Amino acid sequence: MLYFSKLRIVFITIFSLLFILIASSNLFKFDDGFFNKKINLGLDLQGGSYLLLEIDNEPVIEQKLQNLTTTFRNYFKDKDIKINNIKIDDKYIFFNVSDENKQKVIDIFQDENSEINPYYPRFKSHQLEIEDTGFNLKVNFSRQGLITLKTSSQDQAIEIVRRRVDEVGTNEPNILKRGNNRILVELPGLDDPMRIKSLLGKTANLTFRFVTQNDDDRFGVEKLEFEDGTQEANVSKRIIISGENLLDAQPKMDTQNNQTIVSFTLDRVGAKRFGKATSTGIGKQLAIVLDGKIISAPVVRDTIASGSGQISGGFTFQSATDLALLLRSGALPAPLNIIEERTVGPDLGQDSIKAGMIALAIGFLLVIIFMFVKYRFFGLITNATLIINLFILLGVLTLFEATLTLPGIAGIILTVGMAVDANVLIFERIKEELKDEINNILAFDGGYTKSRTAIIDANITTLLAAVILFFMGSGPVKGFAVTLGVGIFTTLFSVYFIARLFTSLYVSKNKNSGKLI
Amino acid sequence: MIAFNKYYNHFNVLSTVLIVVSLLLLIFKGLNFGIDFKGGTLIELRSNDTKINVSTLRDKFSQMNLGDVSVKKFGSDNDFLIKFENKDNKKNIIEEIKVNLDKSFGNNYDFRRVENVGPKVSAELLKSGVIAISLSLAIMLIYIWIRFEWQFSLGAILALFHDVIVTLGVFSLFSLEINLSIIAAVLTIVGYSMNDTVVIFDRVRENLRKYSDIKIFELTNISINETLSRTIITSATTLLALLAIYFFGGEILKGFSLAMILGVIFGTYSSIYIANTVLVRLRVSQKTVLREDDSK
Repeated sequence: MLYFSKLRIVFITIFSLLFILIASSNLFKFDDGFFNKKINLGLDLQGGSYLLLEIDNEPVIEQKLQNLTTTFRNYFKDKDIKINNIKIDDKYIFFNVSDENKQKVIDIFQDENSEINPYYPRFKSHQLEIEDTGFNLKVNFSRQGLITLKTSSQDQAIEIVRRRVDEVGTNEPNILKRGNNRILVELPGLDDPMRIKSLLGKTANLTFRFVTQNDDDRFGVEKLEFEDGTQEANVSKRIIISGENLLDAQPKMDTQNNQTIVSFTLDRVGAKRFGKATSTGIGKQLAIVLDGKIISAPVVRDTIASGSGQISGGFTFQSATDLALLLRSGALPAPLNIIEERTVGPDLGQDSIKAGMIALAIGFLLVIIFMFVKYRFFGLITNATLIINLFILLGVLTLFEATLTLPGIAGIILTVGMAVDANVLIFERIKEELKDEINNILAFDGGYTKSRTAIIDANITTLLAAVILFFMGSGPVKGFAVTLGVGIFTTLFSVYFIARLFTSLYVSKNKNSGKLI
Repeated sequence: MIAFNKYYNHFNVLSTVLIVVSLLLLIFKGLNFGIDFKGGTLIELRSNDTKINVSTLRDKFSQMNLGDVSVKKFGSDNDFLIKFENKDNKKNIIEEIKVNLDKSFGNNYDFRRVENVGPKVSAELLKSGVIAISLSLAIMLIYIWIRFEWQFSLGAILALFHDVIVTLGVFSLFSLEINLSIIAAVLTIVGYSMNDTVVIFDRVRENLRKYSDIKIFELTNISINETLSRTIITSATTLLALLAIYFFGGEILKGFSLAMILGVIFGTYSSIYIANTVLVRLRVSQKTVLREDDSK
C-alpha cells in the first residue's frame, strides 16, 4: 500500500494541480464578485426570484370539449347520422343517436384511422374514449389524450412565458418545464418580481367585439364588466379580431388629449376584418376585451382600413407598456397560477456568502488545529491533504459548473469535518499495528490495508444519503447533496493518493526511527 | 479500557425512554412545520428605523387580515421574520403588504427574503421529504444487510431510528421549525450515524473471527474501545465544523446545523449503546460470522 511508482506520482501531481488550477479560476476574480462565472451561485446566494407556475388546464379542456361538440355535429351530419341532445357535463360530452347507428358511431371512435378521434400508436391509445351508458353515449378524454393536451398547452405556455420574461429583460433567466403542467422560472438578480408576476399572471386574451343591445345575437351575448368595475355591457360573442391578428403593439402618447395609449398593427387577415367591421359598424360601440374584462368600448366613427389602430383606457405609461408587451408576446393557452415563490434580495445573498465563508474558514481552522494537536506531523499531512481536497472539490464543482447554494457551503464545511475521518481511521489503525510490529513500513502498510473496508463502507453510507437527497431535494438542498456527494469522492482520492503519497515518502525516509505515529 | 458494557442495560433503558418520550411528543405535540411543509408566506424584513420593532410589526400585520401571523426577531436587532398562513392564497399579497407598510414606516424597511408556498406545493414537499427519509432508511437497511449479517443490520437500523426519532423529538420539544433544510440534515444524520455504526461493526466482526473464546458482551466492549479514539476524533472534527456553521453561518443555517449537531451526538451515542447492545442481546457469536463466510 505504500509503494508509488514514478508514473503514479506524476499522475497524482498533475491531476491535483489541474483541479487546483480550475478551482483557482474562481478565486482570482476575488474582487469583482466572489466565485465568478465558473461555479454558479444559487439564487439564495446571488439573490433572485424563483417562481413555480402551474397551468390551469381546466378552461382549456372546457374549450376543447366545446370545440369537439361542433366537430361532432358537422362530422356526423356529413355521414347522415343524426345526433341529439349533445351536451357537456363535468368534462364529459353526452349525446344520443338512434339505436341502429350506435355501433357505427362507436366504431368510428374506435377506428385507428378515425378522423375525429386521433390515435396515438406509440401509446396504443385514442385521444377520446367512448362509452355506451345505455341511456346515451359518453365521450371523454382518455388518459393519454389528457396528457397530450397538457403537454401541448405546457409547450405553448413556456414559449409565451419565455417571450414575456425576455421582453422585461432580466439577465439569464432560467425557464424549465416541471412535470406536464408546471413551469419553473428562475430569475437571478431580480429582487422584486412584482412586475414579472403581474405579467405572468395575465392570460392576455384580447378580442374586439361589438357591444350589442340585441339579446338574440346569432353568436350569443355575454355580459362583461369594465376593467374599472364601474359599468357592464352586453357584448356579442362574435370575435371581430383577436390578439392572434396583432403584428405589433407599442405604448404611445396621444398628442391630442395627452393620454397614454397602446397602438397596434394588424396582420393582413386582421386588417381586412377590422376594415369590414368598422365600415359596417359605424356608430356602434366596439368593445376591446382583455381576459374577460372590457378595457374600453369606443364608438366607431370611421372605417379603419389601414390595419392599425389604438387602444385607450386610462393607462399610465407603465400599464400601457405592460399591455403592449403582453399583446406582443401573445396569449397564454391557459391561466397560470404562481404556486411557489422564493425571492432573496441581493444583500441577503451577499451576507449569506460572507457568513458561509466565515463559517468555512473557522470550521477549517478548528479542524486543522485539532488535527495538528492530535497527530503532530501526520496532522500536518492530513491538513495539507485537507487543503488540497478543498481545492479539488471546488475544482470539480467548477468543472461541472455546479450550482453553489448556502446549504451547499454547509456541505463543504461538513466535508471538511468528515474528510479527516478516513485519515483518522488509518492512523489509528497504524497505531494499533505498531503495538506489535516493529517494522514501520509493515505497520503502515497493514494500517492502510486493514482500515480499507471500514472506510469504504462508511463513505458509501454517506454517499447513499447524498444521492437520495439529490433526487428528492429541491433548490438549495440539492446544492447540499452535490457538495456532500462530490466531497466524498474528492476525499477518498485525496486520502488514498495524496495523503498516502506524503505518508509513504515520510515513512520510507524515516523507517528506522522508531515508532513514527 | 473503558467498561462501556457495564452500562449497556442502563443506557438501553435510557434509549427506550428517549424514544418513547420522543414518539409521545411527535404524536401529541407534533412538529412545528415551516411554510415549506405547511404552506404560507414568509417575509424577512430589515428595518433601519427603531420605530419598527416586533410589536409595531405585529400590530400592522394583524390589521391586514392575513390569518395567523407570527413576528420574530431574526438574528440581529433590526431583522425580523414574519410568517403568516395566507389562507386564501391571495395573489398580490406582498404588494398589498408593501403598500400598507409604506403608509406607516415610509421607506425605512426592506424585504430581504420573501417565500410563498401554496398548499399544493407544501403537501408535495412534505410527501417527498417523508419519502426521502424512508427511502434512505430502506437503502441503508439493504446496504448493511448485504455487507453484514442480519443481527448487525437490525442493530444498525435500530440505532438509525433512534437517532432520527430522538432528533425530531428534540425539535418537537422546543418547537423548532422543520423546513426543507432539516430534511437534508436528517438524511445526513442517517448517513453519519450509519457510518459510525459501520466502523464499530467492522471491528466487531473482525474480532469475532479472531477470538473464539471471548463472549460478545466483552467483545463489543473491546471493539468499541479499539475504535474509540477514531469515534471521538471524527465526532469532534465534525462537531467543530458544525459549530462553526451554527455560530457563524448565518441565521438561515441555524436550524440545519443544530439538527446535525444533535444528530452527530445521538449518532455517536447510538452506535455504542444501541447498535452493540443489539448484538449482545441477539447473542451473536463467532458462529454468526463464520456461517456467513462458509456460505460465500
